[in-house]
Amino acid sequence: MIRLKDVEMEYENGTEAIRGISLDIADGEFVFLVGPSGSGKSTLIKLLTGEVIPSSGRIMVNGFAVSTISGRQLPMMRRTLGVIFQDFRLIGKKTVYDNLSFVMRAVGASSKEIQKRIPYVLDLVGLKDKSRDYPDELSGGEQQRVAIARALVNNPSTIIADEPTGNLDPDRSLELMSLLVRINQLGTTVVVVTHEKDLVNRFGKRVVTLEHGQIISDQVGGYVGGNIHA
Amino acid sequence: MRDHKFTYFLHEGFSNMFSHGFMSFAAIGITVACLLIMGTFTLVAVNADANLKDMESENEILAFVDDSCTPEETQAIQEELRAIDNVTSVEYISREDAAKSFEEQYPDEEMFQDLDPEIFRDRYAIHIADLRQISETKTAIEAVPGVADTRAEEQIAGGFITLRNVATVVCVALILILFMVSIFIISNTIKLTTFDRREEIAIMRMVGATNGFIRWPFVYEGFMIGVLGAAIAFFLQWALYEAVCQGVAANDSLQLIRMVEFSELWKPVAAAFAGAGVVVGVGGSLSAIRKFLQV
Repeated sequence: MIRLKDVEMEYENGTEAIRGISLDIADGEFVFLVGPSGSGKSTLIKLLTGEVIPSSGRIMVNGFAVSTISGRQLPMMRRTLGVIFQDFRLIGKKTVYDNLSFVMRAVGASSKEIQKRIPYVLDLVGLKDKSRDYPDELSGGEQQRVAIARALVNNPSTIIADEPTGNLDPDRSLELMSLLVRINQLGTTVVVVTHEKDLVNRFGKRVVTLEHGQIISDQVGGYVGGNIHA
Repeated sequence: MRDHKFTYFLHEGFSNMFSHGFMSFAAIGITVACLLIMGTFTLVAVNADANLKDMESENEILAFVDDSCTPEETQAIQEELRAIDNVTSVEYISREDAAKSFEEQYPDEEMFQDLDPEIFRDRYAIHIADLRQISETKTAIEAVPGVADTRAEEQIAGGFITLRNVATVVCVALILILFMVSIFIISNTIKLTTFDRREEIAIMRMVGATNGFIRWPFVYEGFMIGVLGAAIAFFLQWALYEAVCQGVAANDSLQLIRMVEFSELWKPVAAAFAGAGVVVGVGGSLSAIRKFLQV
């Protein structure tokens, strides 16, 4: 579960990125986070992953008080999250399998667990036959699916996807979003930051809209406001 | 640390070293260069010190025996001289030997040939352990009954002492400076390799790897870079030293220089290189990765 209570975030240069946001995301929910550039979406993601600490307010992520978290607890909190980035951020010198095994190793998984889990996750994202390929041998859509597999491989309770379709064509975007919906149906909480209005409307999920660091709308069923300016 | 983690870290450290071949090569190359410069300078200092010691040991005090002493009394003086602190050896030189030696010093001076040994005195050539105590030792020798006079090159001895002191201070200072410069260069080279992998580190942090888990492969890698650099530097240093020794031996004008055998030096050189390699490798890795572990 994710809970933000009166969260404010002001950077050292004086930029007020988040202004008094309160938000609850229940376990197993699928939420789109939308808004124009500079609306505070990226800062919100950074707050959830513990990359930045709020100036005031409280943040709870999967049982961890992120706003006051210690350096020792931070990795434990991050193990409950799977993060997907727009630019995939795969390690080019490692194969698909090694990109996944590396993050499992990072949380202390044994070789046996790794050998069992990776084929399952690659099958889930439709890349079973690509485990020995290197990222630059894959298409953009396939690379993003590897990124999803990497986010899933440690079995997190929440997936946070930051503009996951930003580098994909419409067909691949739809395919990827459908995959995230499927993952959500398996019980994982999914938070997707996106600019793609059509895609958001297509799935009829909860949509939280940010503008100037504040939530201006939070409703289920699709994005019903004006255009989202990237 | 669990066994599988140890083997994982070792494997990661090893494979990282190869997968980032150019940067590893640069780090090893710089380690080798720094160790070689430091090692060469230290070996020059060691040899200079050994040669200075040799020259010091040739510095002697002459004790002249009173003409009135009988051969038995002269013999007794030798025992008393040997008993003095700081005296390492006492050699008897008869007046005949002294005359002969004097004549040999001036072979072209007709005036100094065929001298009557009676104008010389029997004497003892005394070598001492610590040149800094030459004055005290000379006084003790003069106090021995039957010693009529002494002669010691106190100014030359003082010169040697000053030379060695200055050489020691200069050597230690230069070696320290070189060591610090080496750590700085190597740490920056490893920083570049770490910078090359900041994405990897960011991903590890994002998936919940602890700082220790991220740090260990770099520590192993730094260790291996340091040890490999030290090993290469050691063998190069050995080859270089042997080449210099041969060059010195073959050069007539350098016959006065005594080179210390490498067989006497290899253990401390190997230990110092291994120690310095590990310190700069591991230290450089730790300092390089520190800034990536702060967020």
